[in-house]
Formats: sequence, C-alpha cells, structure tokens
Amino acid sequence: MLEVALGRRRFMTYLLGVPALAVATRITFDAVAPDAAAAALPSAPSVEEMFDIGEALVVASAPTMPLVKLEIGEDGVARMGVPRIEMGQGITTALGMLIAEELDLRMDQVEVTCADARPELVLNQMTAGSSTIRAFYDPVRVLAATARARMLAAAAVEWGLPVGSLTTSGGSVTSDDGRTATFGELSRPAADPALQVGAVVPKAASDHKIVGTPVRRVDALDIVTGRKRFTMDLQVPGALPTMIRRAPTWNGTFRSLANRGAIEAMPGVLAVATIPSGVAVVAETFEQARAAVCAVDATFSAGPVPNESNDSIMQKLKKAALPFAAPALGAVTVEASYEWPSASHAFLETECAIADVRPGGAEIWSGFQAPIVAQQKIAVELGLPQKAVKAHVVPCGGGFGRRVFFDTAMEAALISKAVGKPIKLMWHRTDDMRHGRCRPANVQNFRATLVAGQVATLEQRVCGVSTDYRHGLGEILTATATALPEGAKQAVANDAFGQAVFLTFVASPYNFGVYDKRQTELSLGIPTSSYRSVPNQTARGSEEMFVDEIAERLGVDPVEFRRSTLKSERTRAVLDAVVDAGDWGRRMPTGFAQGIGVHVESRSHTAALIELDCRDPKNPLVTKAVMAVDVGKVINPLGLEAQMQGGLAEAISLTLKAGLHVVDGLPLEGSYSQYHFARQKDFPSDLEIIIMPSHDGPLGGAGEVGSSAPTGAIANAYARATGVRPRTFPINHPIDFDPFPPGQLPPPAFPEG
Amino acid sequence: MPVYGFTLNGNPVTVDAPEDLPLLWALRDKLGVTGPKYGCGINVCKACTSFLDGEDIRPCSVKVSAAEGREVTTIEGLADGDKLHPVQEAWLEYDVAQCGYCQPGQIMAAVALLKRTSSPTDEDIRAIENVCRCGTYFRIREAIMSAAEKMS
Ligand code: FES
Ligand code: FES
Repeated sequence: MLEVALGRRRFMTYLLGVPALAVATRITFDAVAPDAAAAALPSAPSVEEMFDIGEALVVASAPTMPLVKLEIGEDGVARMGVPRIEMGQGITTALGMLIAEELDLRMDQVEVTCADARPELVLNQMTAGSSTIRAFYDPVRVLAATARARMLAAAAVEWGLPVGSLTTSGGSVTSDDGRTATFGELSRPAADPALQVGAVVPKAASDHKIVGTPVRRVDALDIVTGRKRFTMDLQVPGALPTMIRRAPTWNGTFRSLANRGAIEAMPGVLAVATIPSGVAVVAETFEQARAAVCAVDATFSAGPVPNESNDSIMQKLKKAALPFAAPALGAVTVEASYEWPSASHAFLETECAIADVRPGGAEIWSGFQAPIVAQQKIAVELGLPQKAVKAHVVPCGGGFGRRVFFDTAMEAALISKAVGKPIKLMWHRTDDMRHGRCRPANVQNFRATLVAGQVATLEQRVCGVSTDYRHGLGEILTATATALPEGAKQAVANDAFGQAVFLTFVASPYNFGVYDKRQTELSLGIPTSSYRSVPNQTARGSEEMFVDEIAERLGVDPVEFRRSTLKSERTRAVLDAVVDAGDWGRRMPTGFAQGIGVHVESRSHTAALIELDCRDPKNPLVTKAVMAVDVGKVINPLGLEAQMQGGLAEAISLTLKAGLHVVDGLPLEGSYSQYHFARQKDFPSDLEIIIMPSHDGPLGGAGEVGSSAPTGAIANAYARATGVRPRTFPINHPIDFDPFPPGQLPPPAFPEG
Repeated sequence: MPVYGFTLNGNPVTVDAPEDLPLLWALRDKLGVTGPKYGCGINVCKACTSFLDGEDIRPCSVKVSAAEGREVTTIEGLADGDKLHPVQEAWLEYDVAQCGYCQPGQIMAAVALLKRTSSPTDEDIRAIENVCRCGTYFRIREAIMSAAEKMS
C-alpha cells in the first residue's frame, strides 16, 4: 500500500505502508552458543534472552509505523519528523544516515526532526530501551528506498527511458545518455498516485556507502556556534521566566502561603501562583524569580517519607529482599551483597518547559521522551480535549531516563493557566538534584553454590525502591503481553511492571546452572524514574563483581573463568578483544590494578578492561579503559563510540563517587560541587573503544549498553588493588560539603571565585 | 533601574537591569543571547563560560554592572563571521558533542586555556572543571590537543 499526498508546502509526502517488509515485529532470539565449555553447567535461556524490553517497544511501535512520513520537497531535501527525541544519543544523525543511504543523498540533503506529540501513533512515540534504531532500521530504509524508486520511475516516464538506464546520486536522477533531473524537480511527478513502481528492496549491507561509516553529528555546527536551541533558548513571544519554591521534603505538597503580597512586591516579580508542588513566581528574569522563591514563606505537607534517610531506606530494602532458595552450605556457598543509594540523573539542562495555556487550547514545549502520555494527562488536567493541547518535542540536554516523565510540563501548564500568560519554567539545579525523580536505591544480594569447581546455582535477589513506570511503559508491556514469555507475562498480568521490566531488561551472560533472578520493589513514595540502562547498571554491574568473587573462590583467573562460562561466542569475542588490547595480566605497580567486566543488554555485547590507580584509596582514578562493543549492525561507529564513552562516564561516577545522601526525606546534594559526577580529571586519557565488525546478528541497542561492564570492571580493579571488596556504592561517598538549607536555592557566587 | 552599556560580540548594547543581576540573565533574559547555558548558577558547572575583555568568566556569577563599558564575548561571538575559531573547527573534526548543552562552555574554556598556553599539558586539561554529563571528556581532550597544534 502506498499513499501519496501533497503536503501544505507542496511537498510530496509518502505515507509508509509496506508492513511485511518494513516493520520488524519478528522476535530476534539471540541464540546462545550451545558449545559452552565443559567447565560450566548450562543455564536455560532467561526471559530477556527470549524477548527483551527493546522488542516490546519495537512490537508496540509496529502497528502505527505506516503513519511515519518522509517528505521530499521542491528544494530536494528529504525530511522526516521522527516520533522520538534527540537527547544526545545521536538518533537524528543515525536515521538521517539511513535515509541518505537509500536515497543516495548527501547528509546535508536530509533533515530529521523530532515530531510533536502525535496521539494517532498510540504506543509508537516513546524514546526508551535503546530501541529507536531497532524500531526504525527497516521501516526507514524501506520508506527511503520507496522514495528513490518513485524518483526513478518519474524520471523514466518523463524521458521515456527504462528505469534500468537511470541512476541516482547527490539528489538527482541521471540517465545513460546524460539527462539529469533533481529530486526537487521530480517531487511532483513522483507524487503522482498513478505512477507505476515495482517492488522496492533496500540496499544490501554490502552496498552501503554511508551506513557503517563514521558520520559526524548533524547538529554539530549549531552546537559549536551556540545556535542549537534547547527549550529555554526558544523565543516564545511573551514567555516569562518562572521558578518554584518547593517543599523541604520529597513529594511534600503546598499548603499555605503567608506572604503573597510581599513576594508580589519584590523587584521584577510579575505574578505568583500556587500549584500542588509549590509556589511559582513569574518574573522578568530567572534571577529575580530565584530571589523571590527564596523569600517565600510557605507551608507544605510532610510528604510520604519525611523521616527517611539512606540508612533507613537501605534497612527496609534489606528486610524486604526475597530469601534465597538454595541453602547456605558453608564452603561451597559464595554470598555477597552490594548496596546502591539513590542517584541523580543530573542532566546538564535542568528540568524545564514552556507553556502557553489559553481558554481554548494550550501549547507546551519540553524535552519529552513520552509526549503522547504527557499531552493526554495535561489535557485532562486543563480540562481541554487532547487535540487542543500541542506538545512540541524539543531536543534536550540529556535525558538518561528521567524525561519519560513530564512533571515539569504539567507544572508549567498549571502555572500558565493560573497567571493567564505564557511562561517558561526552569528548575534550579538544586531542586533538579533534590526533587527531580531519582534512580531508586537498591540492594543486590547474590548466593552461588559451587559443586566440583562449577557454579551449580546462582541466585540474585534485588530489592529496590520502586521505579515509577506511569509514563506509558506499562501500557506498552500490557499491549505486548501476548508476546511475552511466561514469567514476564505473569508479572504484567499482576501489574508488577517493575518485575516485568526487570525480567525483560536483565539477563546474565553466563552458564551458571540453575539461574534464578528476582526483583522486589518497595513503594515508599519517593519520586523515581528509570535511569539509563534501568536495572542493569546496578544489577549487572554487581553481578560482574560477584563473578570475580566466585572466580577467586575457585582460584581461577577472572578472565579465564568468564571465558569458560560465557554463553555466547559474541560475548567471548568482546572479552578477548579487550583482554588482548588491554594486555590483561600485565604487571602493575603497587596500588594499581586491572579489572574486567562483560555485559549483554538489548542484543548488544560489551566488555571493559579498566586500570585503576588506587594509591590513594579515597581517591581512586581510572587511568586507562579499553572497551569493546558488538551491536550486530553498526550504523554510525562515531556515534556508537560516543555512547560507550558516555557509559564509561556513568560507570566512573556511580561506582566511585556520585550518589545522593538522603537525610530527613530530602537529598543533601544540591549542585555539581556536591554531587560528584565525573569531570575531566576523573576520565582516563588512555581510552580505546573497539567496535566489532557488523554481522548478521540481531540489531542491538547502543544508548544504554555501555555502563554495566565498566561498573563491574572498576569495582573489580578496586578490589584487586586494595584487597577490599567494595560492598556499598559509590565507593567513596563522604558528605564533603555544607548542604544548602532545604527549600532554599543558593544565590549567585559573587564575586566569581 | 540603571542602564548598563557594553560591547556584546562586537556590537554595542544597553540593558536596563538591577545592578546585581547576574550577567547571564542580562544576556539570556534581556538580550536574547542564549549560547551561554545555565547549569548551576553558582560557578560550579561552568556551562555559562564566556569572556569579559578576553578573560574567561562565568556570567552566572558576575554582576551585569561589572560589564559596564567592557567587551563581552559569548560563544556566538567566537567565530569571525562564517570563519570558525580553530577550537570550534577541532570540535567538529572530533565530533565532540553529544547533547551539546555543555559545549558552548567547554569550547570557551578551551579557548581560554589556549590563550594562556599554546601547548597545554595533561594537567592543564585535567584542571578544566566544566561538567559534561554526557561524558565527552576524551574527545574534548583530543580536540584541544589538535587545536593547540594547529594554532601554534
Ligand atoms: S551556570 Fe554558570 S557556572 Fe554553572
Ligand atoms: S554534551 Fe551533553 S552535557 Fe556535555
């Protein structure tokens, strides 16, 4: 089926409709090598190996994929509004490459933008689970190949020549006898519904000239010149700077405001509004809004957790963790647990949104990972029909999982409605760190039983503060439940989305006999959201540490042990790659050590070899990292490499020094001087990322797969260098600062110093 | 409100603002210059890094009054018309950016470093405090080294 329409700009518009070919709903079971070495007892395939979270997102996207359009205008530019958000992960570049490839265009002749909320896409507009390329690889290629076929067919008719005598390049069709026409010129005849076009098949991988080669980001020039517009950079006429005074405790809600008049009289203040999350001040500048917010005299409800601290939360989690099934058998049992506190997403662009709410409709701009749900819920809250709310998806300054929620857009809408003006709401960094949904604290308990030098059972019991999935992922899992393997189907049926996400996201790459992973969640009322790689960075990072502990008990080298127990040749290959390149086992000076980790997620395989300088155990430094990644098909090696570097930054931060200290129901950390996300001095200057060649395996994810292997490797290096196995993370986590008073936002640091 | 006049990316501007308004908000909220980014407001993330009379400053922590009569350069004023600064060129060559939010500040910090020394050491680069949450540090380092070489 092919529909053609003339768009508003008189562009040819294709509506994709080649489902069988274009829309990948097949299940890409990544067969595990059955040959596993004799040293390991095979483990049955896990839920994740049969059906992973990315597949759930791909399957949920499939039915409405035909509604995604490619336009070629009279200017010859191919444009696509993709229903996903660019957060730095490089999808606009990668999808642009797929389009350029099939249409034989240059990259500057392609424009991929983030589509506004399109409710008709139903479940096909959530950016999550490293699934964008997995979902769009086939549809976009077929769509672009169809567009090219129509250009050729149109030129063939025009010139009375057979299609076989025509070629395309650089946005033109050229004939054997030297005639040429641009796509722009052909865009109208190519849009003729009567045009006959034969079967369309995208290029074979062996013919790719762009896909698989390093291509720089399409927004790079805008970025380096300061022209890239983030939400707060948009010049929406009349939109006024706004900040909010929030509760002194997590999820406390507004009760009363004692000094409204005094606030309204402050310099630059234009309006004050109260909403459930606090007192909003609209001002001429953000600094005036900040100063007024600090002067607010308000009361709040205590919220659900006013007395919780890191310790009390961890005690509850440990208590609630499920028991092991296997008995503890002395010498043959290995046990360990690893504790992870709450963490802040800490994206550099703080939470923000612009809202212009009028009586008959509303317009919202924000970095939405899930804009349709946001649009629905905001419409309900404003008492407007859904289609009267426009939700513009603005490329954002990092998402890392938190921007699946739309709390800020909702706040902005309520404030704009209350003050009757367009407003731009920005969270102060301090609120962003304290009140922004956090990565939930969790504890990872492991028990393994060793029989005759082999792992006969391995149990993992995860207990975490529950991750909030009320942003549409639940609906996606419900919609795809029939495709889910038994364990996950059961979890969805019980509304245990946390368990379903855990089962479809986390797998162990090893043959460890009877494998049993379970997660329980405690719903405490803490504001949480997914964090890049969701359960993996802590669950799999910890397991990589536990694997080293087992190897130590067995008296085997950690690399040899992994090599002999890994299920997949692909994992073994990435392991071997880092072991060779990183010279595993080389002599290290006292206080230094190497560490190793591997990981499988979203059908991608990764390994990391880390060298750590632990001469000062209070300040360990990653001096060298070698990582290898096999994503099946590499679209853009440059982008993939960047994602691995990003994964490494996550691992260094979360493992060594970045975490939240919750005290009396609020994190103490209120800025980057207090929350120690890695900076230049923490990142190795000796870094090698090895990208394994493309092959016929399933298409894997890239955005989230890079953090778990180095997490394990860093902790393992620490243990080898110091003789101390880390159990609580981040490894060094002192309160080395004076916290800002709860509710207050720090003033500018005049004079700069 | 007092009026302050200064040169912004080569053009004279005036801004009507309280004396202690941070320059960042004079630029962003009053003059519509959005290259310098907000990331903390207290001189710790360095995302707003710009120049005052050629010296790097964090405009979130400099009063607008301090700019009176002086020259302010933001990322928008770094290139010479269409001709990019060598540091910007290097940023493109090494495809440094991910989300890009920190990069105006990173580039201005790198330019400032190369003004201080034409051959930065490892320690000089490690001393750059600009936060990049996406983790582009390795490419930042490569780009600075390459720009240093090309500029000398
Ligand atoms: S906003 Fe100026 S240093 Fe962070
Ligand atoms: S590129 Fe995203 S914060 Fe640096």
